[in-house]
Amino acid sequence: MSNLLEAKDLYKWYGDHAALDHVNLEIPKGSIFGLLGPNGAGKTTLIRIINQITHPDSGVVYFNGAPLEREHIARIGYLPEERGLYKSMKVGEQAVYLSRLKGLSKLEAKDRLRYWFEKFDITPWWGKKVQELSKGMAQKVQFIVTVLHEPTLLIFDEPFSGFDPINATMIKDEILQLRDKGATVIFSTHRMESVEEMCDHIALLNRSQKILDGKLSDIKKAYRNNTYEAGLLHGQPAQLREELLAILPDTATRMQISGEELKLHVQLDNGMDSRSLLHMLNEKAEVLFFNEVIPSANDIFIQTVKKEAAHHG
Amino acid sequence: MDKLLLIIKREYLAKVRNRSFIVMTVLSPLLIVGMIAVVVFLTRMNNDQKKVIGILDESTYFDNVFITGPELAFVDLRNITPEEAKDSVASMGYYGLLHIPGDATIEAVAEGIQFYSAKSPSITVTGMLEMRIAKRLREEKLRQIGVSEQMVNELVANFEIPTTTFSGERSVKGINEIKAAIGGGFGYLIMMFIIIYGAFVMRSVIEEKTSRIIEVIISSVKPFQLMLGKIIGTSLAGITQFVIWILSAGVLGFLAFSFMGVDWQEFGPGANLPPEAMETIEEASASNEVLQLYVAEMLRIPWGTLIVSFMIYFTLGYLIYSSVYAAIGAAVDNETDTQQFMFPVIMPLMLAVYVGFFSVFENPNGPIAVGFSLFPLTSPIVMLMRLPGGVGADGVPWWQLFASIALLVVTFIGIVWLAARIYRVGILMYGKKPTYKELYKWLKYK
Repeated sequence: MSNLLEAKDLYKWYGDHAALDHVNLEIPKGSIFGLLGPNGAGKTTLIRIINQITHPDSGVVYFNGAPLEREHIARIGYLPEERGLYKSMKVGEQAVYLSRLKGLSKLEAKDRLRYWFEKFDITPWWGKKVQELSKGMAQKVQFIVTVLHEPTLLIFDEPFSGFDPINATMIKDEILQLRDKGATVIFSTHRMESVEEMCDHIALLNRSQKILDGKLSDIKKAYRNNTYEAGLLHGQPAQLREELLAILPDTATRMQISGEELKLHVQLDNGMDSRSLLHMLNEKAEVLFFNEVIPSANDIFIQTVKKEAAHHG
Repeated sequence: MDKLLLIIKREYLAKVRNRSFIVMTVLSPLLIVGMIAVVVFLTRMNNDQKKVIGILDESTYFDNVFITGPELAFVDLRNITPEEAKDSVASMGYYGLLHIPGDATIEAVAEGIQFYSAKSPSITVTGMLEMRIAKRLREEKLRQIGVSEQMVNELVANFEIPTTTFSGERSVKGINEIKAAIGGGFGYLIMMFIIIYGAFVMRSVIEEKTSRIIEVIISSVKPFQLMLGKIIGTSLAGITQFVIWILSAGVLGFLAFSFMGVDWQEFGPGANLPPEAMETIEEASASNEVLQLYVAEMLRIPWGTLIVSFMIYFTLGYLIYSSVYAAIGAAVDNETDTQQFMFPVIMPLMLAVYVGFFSVFENPNGPIAVGFSLFPLTSPIVMLMRLPGGVGADGVPWWQLFASIALLVVTFIGIVWLAARIYRVGILMYGKKPTYKELYKWLKYK
C-alpha cells in the first residue's frame, strides 16, 4: 500500500450547497501533499472529514488501507487554520492537556514537551499564561502540540500565517524533517512559493470539485507550453527586434530592450522547437542566457481556476 | 472515558481557579450576611431611638392614657400655656407636642386636640396616639351608656376553628404551606443552579469559539464528549461553590447574629413562610401538644423519596437546560447575540416557579399542579414542590411521579441529542448570527 490516505467519491452537502462534489484523492506515503484551491473550494471541509470532525454524506476515506475510524485520530496531527489556545490557562499545563487528549500519558507528554520547548527556545514560558504570549510564540506552542504525539499524518492548514519569516523558515525545516522521519504531510495553503518549495504532490480544488492532482513535477511538465526566455546581445537591438518579429509568432512574442541587451519572451507554435529557436538566435546575436519558462504553481493555480470559471460561465 | 475525565478535570479547574469565581465564592456569603446584619442593625438602631412626646393635658379625661411604652415616651407638661409648651418641647428636642385642651365634655375635648411637631409626623406615631385617644373615647362613651369596664372586656371575643382530619387526627393549619415551602426551596435551588451555571457553560463554549481552540480540541475528542465534560465540570464547580456558600453563610450568620445578640427565634424555620403559617407557628408554640403535631407532620414528609427525587430531578433538569445553554453558546459568536435564544430557556423555569408558588401551594394535587409536574421542562421544580405532601394515596400518586420522571428521561435524551447536533455544527461556524431556521437546518447535517 503506497498511499497513506485515499478518499473515494466524497460528497458533502450543507443544505443545498455542495461542499465536496465527487472528490477522489490519493495521498502517497511520505509525501508532502499540497491541497490548494481558492477560498470556499472545500479544502477545510475535506480536512475536517479526514479529522473526523464532520462526516461525508457519502464516500469513504481509507487510512492506511482501512476505512477511517475513531482510533486513527491518535495518528493524525492537525493544525487548523482557525487555531488558538485557552487564554487563561498556563502554557505548559495546556500543552500537556492537549497532548493527553491525543492519547499521550502525562509523563510522556511532559518529557517530549521539555525537548520541544528547548528546541524552540520557549522554556521560560512554561509557567506563563497564554494571554501573555505573543502571537508567534502561541503559534509555536500550537505547532509543538500538533506534532508531539508523533503522528503518521500531519495536516497543516495555512501553517505559516502569523509567523515572521525567521520562524516560518524554522517551521518549514521542522516539517521537512518530520517528512524525512517518515511522516506524511498534508499542506493546505494559499502561499504558492511554499508549495513550490515543499510539496511533491498537489491537488487543486475549485467549486467543491477536484480539478487537478498529481505529482507537482508531472503537472508542471504537463503545463509546459513551449515558452522560452532569452537574453541577446547585439549592436543594433532595434534592428534585431525587427528581424525577430518577422520570424517569430507575433502574438506570443514580447521583447524588451535595455542598452545593447534585448530580452525575449516567446511562446513557440508548432513550426519551431527550442533547438531551432536557439540555433536561429545564435546566428543573429550573442546569447547571454536561454531557458524554458516552466509555469509556477501560482501560474498553474490561476490558469486552472480561471479556465474552470470560464467553463462555468 | 479517560478523555472525558480529562475534560471534566480541566473544566473544573479552569472554573475554580478563575479569579472572578473565587471572588464570588468568598464575597457572596460575606455580602449576604453583611447585608442582613446591616438591615437588622439599622432596624434595631431605629427602634432604639425612642420618640419623646410632650403632653399638655388641660382636661381631666386623659389621665393614665399616655404611658411610656417601648416606642414612645411621654413627658407631662403642666401649668404652662400651649405657646410655652411648644417652645420648651422644641428646645428639649422632643419629637412633638400633643395639646389636649380643657372642656366640658370629652367630645369637645377631642375636637380640640392638636399635635405639633417640627416636621410632619410619622404615621406610626400619629397612629399610636390616635389609637390611645380612640380607645379612651370609646371607654368614656360606653361608661356614659352604662357599660362597665368589666363588661367591655367580656365583649371582646376571639375564635379559632379547630381542625380535624376525617380519620379523627387533629390536623394543624399551615402545614401544607410549610411543606410546599420545603419543596419550593428545593425547586428554587434547582432553578438558581440552572440559571447561574447554565450561563457559565454557555460562556465557556463561547470562549472556546472566540479563542479558536475548539477545532484543535475536537480533532482529538468528539464534540459530544467536550460538551458533556464541560457541563459536568462546570456543575461540579457549581456544587463546590454552593457547598462553600452554604457552609460559610451558616458559620458567618451564626457568628454575626450571636455577636449582635439577635434572638434566634426570628430566624427560625418559619422566617420565610407565608404569614398564615407564621401565625400558626407562633400560636402553636404556645402549646406543646400542637408543636408535637407539627413535628409528627414534618416526620411524615417522605424525606427519602424527596431527596432521591431531588437528585434525579436536579441531575436531569440541569443536564437538559445546560445542554441547551451549550447549544446556544455554540450557535453564537458573542454573548450579546445570545439574547434571542435565552428567553425561551428562562421562560419555562420562571413559569415553573410562579405556578409553583401560586398554584401548587394552594392546591398541590389540582389539575394545574399535576400538569406542570408532568411537563418535563417544569417538572423538576413543580414536582418537588408537591412531593413533601407525601406520595401514594393521600399525596402525589405514584404513577404521576414515575410518569414525570419517565417523561423527563425521554426529554433529556431528546434534548441532549438535539443540543449536541446544534453544538457540533455551531462550534465551527464563525461570524454568523444564526436564525432559528438555520439551527433547524443544522440538525439535518450529517
